[in-house]
Amino acid sequence: MTARERVAGTVANYVDERTGAAAWMKKNLQKVFPDHWSFMLGEIALYSFVILLLSGTFLTFWFDPSMRHVVYEGSYQPLKDVEMSAAYASALHISFDVRGGLLMRQIHHWAALIFMAAIVVHLLRVFFTGAFRKPREFNWILGIALLTLGIVEGFLGYSLPDDLLSGTGVRIAHAIIQSIPVVGTYLSFFAFGGAFPGEVFIPRIYIVHVLLLPGIFLALITVHLMLVWYQKHTQYPGPGRTEKNVVGYPFMPVYMAKAGGFFFIVFGVTAFLGAVASINPIWLYGPYTPGQISAGSQPDWYMGWLDGLVRMAPPLETYIFGYTISWNILLPGLIIPGIIFTGMALYPFIESWLSGDKREHHLLDRPRNVPNRTALGVMSLTFMVIAMINGGNDLIATHFDLSINQIMWFSRIGIIVLPPLAFVITKRICLSLQRADRELVLHGKETGRLVMLPHGEFVEIHEELSAEKKFALTQHEQPKAIALVKEDAGGVLNPKGIRARLQARFSAANAENIAKPTASEVKELEGGHH
Amino acid sequence: MKFISKYRRHKGALPILIMLALTGLGLTFSAATAAPAKNTMSASAKSTIIEEGKEIFLKGCSSCHGLNLEGGAVAPSLIGVGAASVDFQVGTGRMPMQDMSQQAARKTPVYNEEQVAALAAYVASLAPGPRAYTNEEITWERDGNTAEGGELFRNNCAMCHNFAGQGGALTQGKYAPSVMGVEAKHIYEVMITGPQSMPVFSDTIITPEEKLSIIKWIKAAESEPNLGGAALGRVGPVTEGLLVWTFGLGILIGIAVWLTAKAR
Amino acid sequence: MSKELEPLADPGLPEHVHRKADIDPIAAKRAERQVAVLFSLSAFGTLLFIYSFFFIKDDVFIFLPIMGNTNAHQLGIGMGMALSLLFIGFGAVHWAKTLMPDQEINEYRHELKSEPEDRSEFVKTAKEGAEQAGLGRRPLIKRSLAAAVGLAGLPAVILLRDLGPLPGNSLNETNWKTGTKLVTDPGDRPIKASDLEVGGVAQVMPALLAGQKRTLEDIAKDAVLLIRLRPSEFQLDAERLSWTHEGIIAFSKICSHMGCAVALYEQTTKHLLCPCHQSTFDVTRAAKVIFGPSARPLPQLAITVDADGYLIAKQPFTEAVGPSFWERKS
Repeated sequence: MTARERVAGTVANYVDERTGAAAWMKKNLQKVFPDHWSFMLGEIALYSFVILLLSGTFLTFWFDPSMRHVVYEGSYQPLKDVEMSAAYASALHISFDVRGGLLMRQIHHWAALIFMAAIVVHLLRVFFTGAFRKPREFNWILGIALLTLGIVEGFLGYSLPDDLLSGTGVRIAHAIIQSIPVVGTYLSFFAFGGAFPGEVFIPRIYIVHVLLLPGIFLALITVHLMLVWYQKHTQYPGPGRTEKNVVGYPFMPVYMAKAGGFFFIVFGVTAFLGAVASINPIWLYGPYTPGQISAGSQPDWYMGWLDGLVRMAPPLETYIFGYTISWNILLPGLIIPGIIFTGMALYPFIESWLSGDKREHHLLDRPRNVPNRTALGVMSLTFMVIAMINGGNDLIATHFDLSINQIMWFSRIGIIVLPPLAFVITKRICLSLQRADRELVLHGKETGRLVMLPHGEFVEIHEELSAEKKFALTQHEQPKAIALVKEDAGGVLNPKGIRARLQARFSAANAENIAKPTASEVKELEGGHH
Repeated sequence: MKFISKYRRHKGALPILIMLALTGLGLTFSAATAAPAKNTMSASAKSTIIEEGKEIFLKGCSSCHGLNLEGGAVAPSLIGVGAASVDFQVGTGRMPMQDMSQQAARKTPVYNEEQVAALAAYVASLAPGPRAYTNEEITWERDGNTAEGGELFRNNCAMCHNFAGQGGALTQGKYAPSVMGVEAKHIYEVMITGPQSMPVFSDTIITPEEKLSIIKWIKAAESEPNLGGAALGRVGPVTEGLLVWTFGLGILIGIAVWLTAKAR
Repeated sequence: MSKELEPLADPGLPEHVHRKADIDPIAAKRAERQVAVLFSLSAFGTLLFIYSFFFIKDDVFIFLPIMGNTNAHQLGIGMGMALSLLFIGFGAVHWAKTLMPDQEINEYRHELKSEPEDRSEFVKTAKEGAEQAGLGRRPLIKRSLAAAVGLAGLPAVILLRDLGPLPGNSLNETNWKTGTKLVTDPGDRPIKASDLEVGGVAQVMPALLAGQKRTLEDIAKDAVLLIRLRPSEFQLDAERLSWTHEGIIAFSKICSHMGCAVALYEQTTKHLLCPCHQSTFDVTRAAKVIFGPSARPLPQLAITVDADGYLIAKQPFTEAVGPSFWERKS
């Protein structure tokens, strides 16, 4: 036994005698994780969060969250002697008078954008592969909560420097709060400590941004990860992979090295972006005052869809019984986002309610094998992308020689017409991909090699798939339509009523698949191959 | 069709224009050497320049703006626009227009400086208007204040031209152009004449000193190096978002693919 | 579809294929060296960071393609940090991929559901607990407890009362009073009608009283845009026309949609555009909304001139400026 081993042994013994950790560690260090690139997307989000905590802590050492008026005396000449808030002045101080301050500010902001983007692609992966199904519905809801909080947290961070762009964003948030019927005016006065912009907003959102929300984040992320650990990771289907097992590499040492290494890579890429690409150049925006505005005022990308929706809203406002309701703000600013996020959170329950599927699922779906869900996902994405495009309509107009009015009308019509169209097209594509899979299993891969048969006919040689591939392409279940039972044999009406009818329609739609090849069909063709 | 034939005439006039330009150049050179300041130009030299301007106008501008500056179906009247307007519109290549689009875009000027001066003199001679300036008169380096200029720019200009003077969209396909790389005198003339969609900023609303400050801020923004790395067009969060989705996420997912691929 | 589908048989996990480094000691040695090189590159990045931090002044600029004229200090520390982190990551991953075991392991899942006896045991315990507490038998305790807990939440809400004052009538009021002078913003110079040319605009604020200071809250309500047209271009009713002066018309600059500053005035079309959400207002028709999401015209400020010829407000705004709110009288 070497000296080092002795020391390690002593420490381990000391800890275990007080915690009994060894039994747990023994089991969990050998925990198996399946390997796939799409399983790393959530990790990108997790690591970005850690980067945000580290870089954010650095920034708090100098940031002064106060709206007290000061005169700028720092080293950035074009703002010399300009009156501004202490928050903005200290953000300038970090950028120009703290070595590495600008770099950390940029890393913090890039990490925030990557954090949100990674959450979204992670969510898409989970959605399109059906990883949200039983028993993972809770984790799906936690994920939606993290996404929602992320948007809020990001927006608050964007608002903190109190520059012209962020102030404009706050102005718009204020208008949304104020538009809430009955209590809006009061809420806005409580939130802003009086009339807009007031002098308390920055200190208040600061504490929410650096303490309250990060705390909630930490708690939710911990539960999110613990559930992943406890429920064991899902896996893609394939030979030897079943609902009853999980195939992959042990946490120690392979995943520790891979995941640990990946943290450094994500941090490195973020630092690289912070080094080479400018983000949020607050010194160019100038300090916020409500009387100024810049052309092309946009929020960060994760709010872009919201801004796009607000831009395309119809000019509707009602005035009844002496009270004003601003539908043009409420509809795109609160009602539609509310429906979208509630719908997302409830989706696992809606799907299982409609399909009647209450079983556990640990094997992931290939998106093409669940055409309706895939089409629904693409439909929602289309909606979001159009809203997002409209959020940048002024920049698109100037860079592609278009007019904002054209883009606005395109978006207004497109957001109603294109999503259903996307649904139909996606479903068609899924079905043709299923057909292609079937062809592949039954007739093998086209090799491009031609041979001439004795009687002069040319045929292309098809290469038979391996048994593993064939299995991977046919292992999935194809659901069957649930017959609608209107009344039972005794003539009693089905007590489930609407649900039974919905289930019947939905399952009929889900049963629309290209029949996968059966074992006997495959056997029939074997031997008959060229 | 009528329009095309006008253009043809315009193109055919080019060699003549070049000749004129050369003579103009020679003339001004001799005038410049004879008299150091323009203001003291002799009456006869002045009238020669006006004659020249008239000639250029009739050849290159009158088809749209009318023989007597009265304007037409496709072009506004030029009565009272002054030399400043001509100097800016023709001097930045906006006029003559290339095609009948929403808006005249900046391009390489068709006429040289002397021809522009002649044109300006001619237009100004028919009706009074704001005079043209030379870059030497616009003493922004000496009399401007950058920070004050920034305040004024954000209050009066940024809403159309963007916070860093990169330009922005207006309605129906019109746009406010970028103010980067524009000569100081042209920026000044723009503010006093209000070309195309832009409103006029009178000297009493924004004083001449304040205008110099605005120019100084624009020049500072123009020459400001990229303090935080590639500037991404200085148009705000849209390009930042694009970069994250393309490069940022692209490279991270690429690395994730490498990370999970089996080694051989 | 009636025929029951027989699935293909699962061929089981494919056989493990050894990597070069598993069977060839030279390849393993090579992989080891590669990992070491990657880790050393990280150390180089750290050195670059330290050097740039201390020895490159922050006023040094270098020209790089694509990036333009870039700050060398910022680039040096950033690249140094990026390299030092990236190569630790690359090294660790390369190590894991080439030298750590790559035989896939099969772990079995257990159903998450508890065993039936555990479940019934739990239900029993819970029931017994409730029974012992007697909540079911003593409704008085249950109800009073519920009421007390419910009420105890109230102080938490009431404590937030002093977050801000009540709005009162403040949203309907601005600093524009009858006779308030219009002054330029910035500059605070009073304006005469002749100061504004046709096609001209001016950003104005109400003149400050002696000793008064203009706050951001004031600007958020008081900012006004003056525009001068030819009087013949107006298409206004008699009252609104009387609010203009020699072709000069004044509107609140705060958008009636969400409160951004509406100041993009197009001289040719006489349209005002809000850059935030592209509401477009027609100045000749009292800022009527002709495009975009705003539902109301911008409030117009009645103006006239005083004895000295300076522009003044004829009366305060007749409606609340800025975005809509519940109590707003339309």
